[in-house]
Amino acid sequence: MDLSFTQEELAFREEARRFFRTEIPQSIRDKVAEGEGLTRDDMIGSQRILNARGWATPNWPVQWGGQNWSPVQVYMYQDEMQQANVPTPIGFNVTMVGPVIAQFGSEEQKQHFLPKTANADIFWCQGFSEPGSGSDLASLRTRAERKGDTYIINGQKIWTTLAQYADWIFCLCRTDPAAKKQEGISFILVDMKTPGITVRPIVTIDGGREVNEVFFDNVEVPTENLVGQENKGWDYAKFLLGNERTGIARVGASKAKVARIKQLASMERLGDVPLIEVPRFREKLAAVEVELKALEMTQLRVVADERKREKGRPNPASSILKLKGSQIQQQLTELVMEVVGPYAMPYQRDFDGRNEETVGPDYATEAAPMYFNYRKVSIYGGSNEIQHNIVAKAILGL
Amino acid sequence: MDFDLTEEQRLLKDSVDRLIADQYAFEQRKKYMAEPAGWSQAIWSQYAEIGLLGLPFEEKLGGFGGGAVETMIVMEAFGRGLVLEPYFATVILGGGLLRRAGNDALRAALVPQIIAGKLKLAFAHIERQSRYDIADVGTSAHKDGDCYVLDGAKSVVLHGDCADKLLVTARTSGGRRDRNGVGLFLVDADAAGVAHRGYPTQDGLRAAEVTLSNVRIGADAVLGIDVLPAVEHVVDEAIAALCAEAVGCMQAMHETTLEYLKTRQQFGRPIGSFQVLQHRSVDMLVALEQARSMAMFSAVMAGEDDPTERRRAIAAAKVQIGRSGRHVGQEAIQLHGGIGMTMEYKVGHYFKRMTMIDMLFGDADAHLETLAKLGGLFGNTKAA
Repeated sequence: MDLSFTQEELAFREEARRFFRTEIPQSIRDKVAEGEGLTRDDMIGSQRILNARGWATPNWPVQWGGQNWSPVQVYMYQDEMQQANVPTPIGFNVTMVGPVIAQFGSEEQKQHFLPKTANADIFWCQGFSEPGSGSDLASLRTRAERKGDTYIINGQKIWTTLAQYADWIFCLCRTDPAAKKQEGISFILVDMKTPGITVRPIVTIDGGREVNEVFFDNVEVPTENLVGQENKGWDYAKFLLGNERTGIARVGASKAKVARIKQLASMERLGDVPLIEVPRFREKLAAVEVELKALEMTQLRVVADERKREKGRPNPASSILKLKGSQIQQQLTELVMEVVGPYAMPYQRDFDGRNEETVGPDYATEAAPMYFNYRKVSIYGGSNEIQHNIVAKAILGL
Repeated sequence: MDFDLTEEQRLLKDSVDRLIADQYAFEQRKKYMAEPAGWSQAIWSQYAEIGLLGLPFEEKLGGFGGGAVETMIVMEAFGRGLVLEPYFATVILGGGLLRRAGNDALRAALVPQIIAGKLKLAFAHIERQSRYDIADVGTSAHKDGDCYVLDGAKSVVLHGDCADKLLVTARTSGGRRDRNGVGLFLVDADAAGVAHRGYPTQDGLRAAEVTLSNVRIGADAVLGIDVLPAVEHVVDEAIAALCAEAVGCMQAMHETTLEYLKTRQQFGRPIGSFQVLQHRSVDMLVALEQARSMAMFSAVMAGEDDPTERRRAIAAAKVQIGRSGRHVGQEAIQLHGGIGMTMEYKVGHYFKRMTMIDMLFGDADAHLETLAKLGGLFGNTKAA
């Protein structure tokens, strides 16, 4: 058992660290560090800098912009990116629809969509969940009826992240209502400008508008926008959902949060003593750091295991990473709240454009919104309850 | 020993429960929040009409003569309704300070106006450096003849944006964190030298930053020049009131979650039929009942004159409320899935109010430390 990295791997890590900390604009990285929302331009701009270097889509096939990196390099790339507070490339583009089109799409679809998807010339959103189909996604009802060489789509998607920024949506639609539920679903690409599509923002409890409802009213889509085979969409969805590997634990992002908490806790004082020196506080932080280190080691074991696994088959250990990773992320938002103290109470999200002076220190403004927003991490991407079921079945055989 | 309410207390409970059920449904609350003040003047008048604004005040001043249990009854109902009006600031904090630190003349002048709904108060104590330490007071009060002149800045003054008068802690002597030398002063919100900036808080209520520049206070507006123990007693009573409000909040979250588990279907069955979720809703119930018990304990102990005994009890209650509130709140959102994350649905609003309550007058961890420093609750070798 040798946990050391090779010289090449260490050099790669150094280069990744340098790149992320010098070539992505500081203003964007500061926003990520402070939990402020990114604009559409921020996300696209950051991704294009990565893509110019070929670093936006390292997990894609090489011919479409992938890097053929080892699992260790992929891990280092993600870890350094997150620790540097660089925005992760648009997930819907890079880890979801891109790999699906690369794996199952036609040549024409690959040519047409992949370069633009890598470069964020197309901003994608994900049309999966519906009001009646959350954890039971396969029960979805949005209907795509084929008429000649057109699909007519009717239905509703929900929790569609950043639909208000999106150019295209990839949708799971029911194409055969008579079949068993997993066997009647197709994966269809839809231009958001198609007549009949309405986007309605959903305000979340932190005051943000990151998710939406998307309504389809007789939306006409050419059948050439079907990816792969009709009624095989559930297989592609499973491929997509299991596709995220080591990044989901967000170890690097949590490391960055720990660093930030230590910084803030050295500025806040309990009487005469900086909060970071108050035993009960620093013990709580240390306890989370132990959990985070354990998670990092677990992630490295998963990464090492990748080298031996059949490529393309999802690893159920990613459920363990998601479970623990989401718990740690949430705990860290609680610690930020504690550090900030009473100044977490004022609500300072600036939605009507008022430009007032901050109440209390700048770092206090996002503490409560982040705490509220992060309740989602145990719900989205397959709730923690579902992750428990996956592990129980796929690993424990229960 | 019994936990029953008296007949009079039952009537009070029925009356305030009915008000909340009839007037403070979630959709109605949205309308009140959209009013300019951020709360409903009409509802405030109704509180006045049914005697709630006079709840803790002496009968000779027109009050109800109620104690901590009466306050607990009302605050629990208010927690269920997620009320927006400045009741806690005016009646519990302001009223409490008038009762324990004020004098007869001041009470005779102000209490009838409060009871009639015509006077609102706010308690200004938090400062930039103070965190949760009430004794940490940098705002100064310099004697000038019979008057005092106040200088300083106060933060997160609950309902400080609509208060007619502020009760302000300011230091008359001693170092910034000394327990001696903390005075309490009554300041007109529109007095010369007083500036305030109002804003919403995370839970949809209001607060303000208040600055005081050379504010002259006449002798009749001085509640005391060295009154920390009285202020701390009022804060302990206020914490007991918050514990009750938290119980109302948690109860509502638990009920809402239970209803959702019974009605939401996935995989062809109500999700409440899954054993894991059944057990977790039981865990929520246990947390709620522990919190309810400690809210009752805090109501009983709020009037305790021995400050150490009182402090231990109140600290313990605040810890329980914070822990239970976090558990019940987080589970309520999780078990609702996506809709628990929306502003449209009520569960998130309860969660945010619970989070605020945890932060008011010290979070659970701060009170845990206090309790531990005071020797805990059981088997203490020192005599009480």
